Amino acid sequence: MIKAILIFNNHGKPRLSKFYEHYTEDTEQQIIRETFHLVSKRDENICNFLEGGLLIGGSDNKLIYRHYATLYFVFCVDSSESELGILDLIQVFVETLDKCFENVCELDLIFHVDKVHNILAEMVMGGMVLETNMSEIITQVEAQVLFSSDSVSAVKSIILWNIKYLLNPD
Amino acid sequence: MSDVVEKTLTALPGLFDSQTGAAKITNRLRQLIKSITELTSKHEEENLIKQELSAMKEQVSSPNTTMKQMREIMVRAMYCEMLGYDASFTYIHAIKLAQQGGLLEKRVGYLAVSLFLNEGHELLLLLVNTVLKDLQSTNLIEACMALTVVAQVFPKDMIPAVLPLVEDKLSHPKEIIRRKAVLALYKFYLIAPNQVQHIHAKFRKALCDKDPGVMTSSLHIYLQLIRESPDSYKDMTGSFVTILKQVVGGKLPLDFNYHSVPAPWLQIQLLRILSLLGKEDQSTSELMYEVLDESLRRAEMNHNITYAILYECVKAVYTIHPKAELLEKAARCIGNFVLSPKINLKYLGLKALTYVVQHDAKLALQHQMTIIECLDHSDFTIKRETLELLFRITNAQNVTVIVEKMLDFLRICNDEHTIIHLVGKVAELAEKFAPDNSWFIQTMNDVFSIGGDLLQQDVPNNFLRLLAEGSESKEEDDQLRLYAVDSYLTVLKGHTSHLPQCFLQVMSWVLGEYAHLQESVDQREVIRLLTQLLDQRSVSSETRVWILSALTKISEGQTDLILDLAESLSSSQDTVLRQQAQELRHLSQDSQLHEWALPRGAPWDGIEVDSSLSFLDGFVSEALAAGAAPYKPPHQRQEELCEDRALNLEPYGFSLPVSLSSCSITDRQSPTLLSVSSGLSGNSTELSQKAGSSTLILEGVKRVWGKDGYLPQKEATAPPVDEPSAAVQPPSQQEAAERIEPRPDPSTQNQDKQQLASSLFVGLGVGSSMSLLGKSEAPPLRFRKKPRPHESSSSSSGTSERSSDSSSRSSRNTTDSFLYSSLLEEEPAASISAFDHTPKSTTANGLAQNKDTKEDRRANTSQILGGDMVIVRPSTIQDKHPPSVSSDLTALLPADLKDLPHSDVISLTSDPSLSLSSCRLFRDEALLLVIFISNCTETVIKDVAVQLTCEELKTVSLRGSVGSVHSLSLGHCPQQTSSVRPLVVTTEEYGKLWLSLSHDVKQNLKLLTDAGDPLRTTLNALKDALQLHVVDIIGSEGIVACRLLSGAPCLLHCRVNGTALAMWLRSPHPALPDCILYHCQRALAHH
Repeated sequence: MIKAILIFNNHGKPRLSKFYEHYTEDTEQQIIRETFHLVSKRDENICNFLEGGLLIGGSDNKLIYRHYATLYFVFCVDSSESELGILDLIQVFVETLDKCFENVCELDLIFHVDKVHNILAEMVMGGMVLETNMSEIITQVEAQVLFSSDSVSAVKSIILWNIKYLLNPD
Repeated sequence: MSDVVEKTLTALPGLFDSQTGAAKITNRLRQLIKSITELTSKHEEENLIKQELSAMKEQVSSPNTTMKQMREIMVRAMYCEMLGYDASFTYIHAIKLAQQGGLLEKRVGYLAVSLFLNEGHELLLLLVNTVLKDLQSTNLIEACMALTVVAQVFPKDMIPAVLPLVEDKLSHPKEIIRRKAVLALYKFYLIAPNQVQHIHAKFRKALCDKDPGVMTSSLHIYLQLIRESPDSYKDMTGSFVTILKQVVGGKLPLDFNYHSVPAPWLQIQLLRILSLLGKEDQSTSELMYEVLDESLRRAEMNHNITYAILYECVKAVYTIHPKAELLEKAARCIGNFVLSPKINLKYLGLKALTYVVQHDAKLALQHQMTIIECLDHSDFTIKRETLELLFRITNAQNVTVIVEKMLDFLRICNDEHTIIHLVGKVAELAEKFAPDNSWFIQTMNDVFSIGGDLLQQDVPNNFLRLLAEGSESKEEDDQLRLYAVDSYLTVLKGHTSHLPQCFLQVMSWVLGEYAHLQESVDQREVIRLLTQLLDQRSVSSETRVWILSALTKISEGQTDLILDLAESLSSSQDTVLRQQAQELRHLSQDSQLHEWALPRGAPWDGIEVDSSLSFLDGFVSEALAAGAAPYKPPHQRQEELCEDRALNLEPYGFSLPVSLSSCSITDRQSPTLLSVSSGLSGNSTELSQKAGSSTLILEGVKRVWGKDGYLPQKEATAPPVDEPSAAVQPPSQQEAAERIEPRPDPSTQNQDKQQLASSLFVGLGVGSSMSLLGKSEAPPLRFRKKPRPHESSSSSSGTSERSSDSSSRSSRNTTDSFLYSSLLEEEPAASISAFDHTPKSTTANGLAQNKDTKEDRRANTSQILGGDMVIVRPSTIQDKHPPSVSSDLTALLPADLKDLPHSDVISLTSDPSLSLSSCRLFRDEALLLVIFISNCTETVIKDVAVQLTCEELKTVSLRGSVGSVHSLSLGHCPQQTSSVRPLVVTTEEYGKLWLSLSHDVKQNLKLLTDAGDPLRTTLNALKDALQLHVVDIIGSEGIVACRLLSGAPCLLHCRVNGTALAMWLRSPHPALPDCILYHCQRALAHH
């Protein structure tokens, strides 16, 4: 099971945190800090797995992370997850973000935190991997956007029509 | 016109209200983030967020805030919460948003709820109705959102409310809904398994769903169910196998491919399920052999995700009932992992090895060099995993090296979790395999000082118990205790303030119990050291209690010191200490009482703790008769107290006076009662343990291997694993060996590694290997269970053998040693080992012969047959040959040996008086070494003493009575090749044999192209060099056979492949092909 998913930048600023188990606010912050501390001091060319760390629950759990440009994507998982599987899941996640935001960058994650969460919710549900197929994830996310933004786009078109009409009353 | 435009433009803001409003708020978020990134200190950030939060508070409570604005506020609140600031005032609004908003708002609302609220939060109750409504909604997205939030935050007691609706969703037409419903139900199962028991049948339906996605989700549930009770799901093995077969066979829609691997995550899940089902169940395992084989075969692409599948496959193969063929393939896979340059794969390889060594310890041998490299790897994770692996292969012979490595790692490690974990293991190893007392105590000292107070309590407990209970032999126990006492006194004399409390406690207990054993140390000195500890500020009050009870035990006869101490402590703030000081004073004054209360050296099992306190029975019945209230256990009292808080309608009874009287009674009695308990307090550790399971330590010592048992269990449970899985060396391993080969001069660093390897992996092979090497001490020295033979007192030749064991190996060149160590337990050793027994007998016989014959000139041939037999023959040759004509020496061979194939006679050494030559004779079942000693002078030599010291056939020293001592080497003795014999078989026999052999190695070799028929030339060259038998040559292919003395055969299949010779070797013996291959290479290179 996935216990937590954390994204933070090279300076340890959290960009997204999602916990699938309950921790107190303080513990969550501590976990983020400790995880950053552990992950950031690792070189690029050593393995992407980290064991230990008392906070996230002891021996059974491990951190699996990937480092992309300015961001660290960290998954805290227990022993029932396949290490390489999760590593590729992170890749899928990032690729999906890239598709949804067109060249995703750190700022996208900041300003569209809700959207990122929604994408994540389509991949991982309650700590279990729900979907690993990128196109399926995108379909689901986009369906939601379409449905929910219907009303907005209607308003938009009315306004545009209004402007047109006002500018060219003939 | 322009008017109109102007008007419109001014009116626009009104039209765009909703838009600009949202934009404004987005800007606020942007602003917030921008200003946060510009800040330099945490303090500034705090202020800013505080401002932001209060602005938000104002906004949410304002009635004019629209839903859209609320949405933006939620996003900002999420941001603040993520940074760790409390935005709890928005929670209720999040719920509201989920309740009332349109789809977009609802989504943000639900998202905020799942981020903000946890399972126990009381506001969740307000969400139930919304969720119920949305679950019933026809809008897919609403239903999806509701399912997600249900799976995320719903607590146990709210499940019944939504369960029927979620259950209904299992038959929803849309697969995404079904999938989410399955996962939600799985979550319910995890939280409250009882509540979903009735829908197990529906899980089955989900497994058979036509949408592979739904089926995948249901596997989560099955994995969990099967993990809990594999037996109830054996009948489904067939289904899982079929599913996996279809997936592997590419029957799923292409959408499910990931990097052109069909549904890798699904495969991983299925493999895990299968391994759980097949565990220790032969018939079930048989169902899955085929598909596992298929998976192993298919997963050959070089992508991460295929390795993920492979890894699961390997684990499955080693978990289920073993099948030789699969194990062999899996072992090769592990080789690929371990040798991979990709660090992630290496990590997994190590993990796999760690898992596998329990079944097959030899696999670790194969990868020893890699393991050694990983031990010095810069990556913390890899290092840790390597130590884990080493922990699994520890035995009595390598324990010191491995423990040293672990302690080295611990000293530089600063991760608490790792320290706790590893220190426990060191302690376990030390207890199980300690070679001697001083090492054990020293290691435990390290454990205590490194592990410190992070240690789990059972480590010191076990240690003390071990000391206290001892073994059969009292003498030995006392010796160990003495060591401990000595060691601790030394520690205490040093700087003590940095020592962890737990170590101090252990030390004080041991000193208290056993300081009297050390007669050479004045007890006053011990008391002084302990008192010193008491004065230290860093010592905790718990430790003080330990120290005081230790002092109490050794106080006898030292009244003056003790009285001072008791005096100074009797004014202590700590009541327990004060009380102990009192006891101390009383006991030290009354030696009779002391003797009675704390008998010295009493056997531990003699002490019986009367936990029911039956000796107080009389007192209790008296008190009861006098009207005291019967005793109630604390929890009952607690309950009653709770009840008391409710209105008590019953009239107050007699309870008050009664409880008063009982109170006063216990008060009066308390000193003795308490003193009994505190008298025990120092001993509480081992007493409590005695109450607990007594199977822990000493029984554990007997086992050959820890929790999961490796060697004995392997033999017991899975005999077929034994041989075939003895593991083929994968081709890449071969390459690794080759990479080392070209370097004839190994760097010293490499030598170090070799040495390390030999010390780490010693004793890993099968048990018999040890006796083959003449190491009769092979049965591991378990700690303190049987009297240890003193190494120093054993025969000198034995010592030299042992010491040479590592030195000779390290001094060899890299390859030889590499091969050699992998051959350690192999048959060639049989011929080598024979030498171990020769020295004494040779000497004796040689001398005897000398005296008898007094020939002026003798060739003394000693032939060594397999086993212990040594034949020493007096020479029958009287002629005087000049020593230089060594070639003629072969003519001097005894008649029965003359016909055997032999090597050239090599002159070993000579001096003016004697010359020494040797020659190897190849017999079917043994390698014979013939040594010629010739007199070079004209004078008659009266007496020649020959002493052979064999350090695994490396050097022989000769002592002549002439005065000079020669040490010379029989070096250049390629032992492996000397043990190779031609195996004469027909082509048909060869074919049959080929199929039955399991370990194969392939490699391209140099083809000798200088002659007409390259293949024939090459094979003949090999035949000459290695004593192979060329069975047949057909076209561009040739088959060759050989054997190891009369032991394992090795078949070689050679094919001309362009300018190279493709060589394929097979043997039942895992290391033999590599060895032969290496020598073939060498022979061809020399050619």
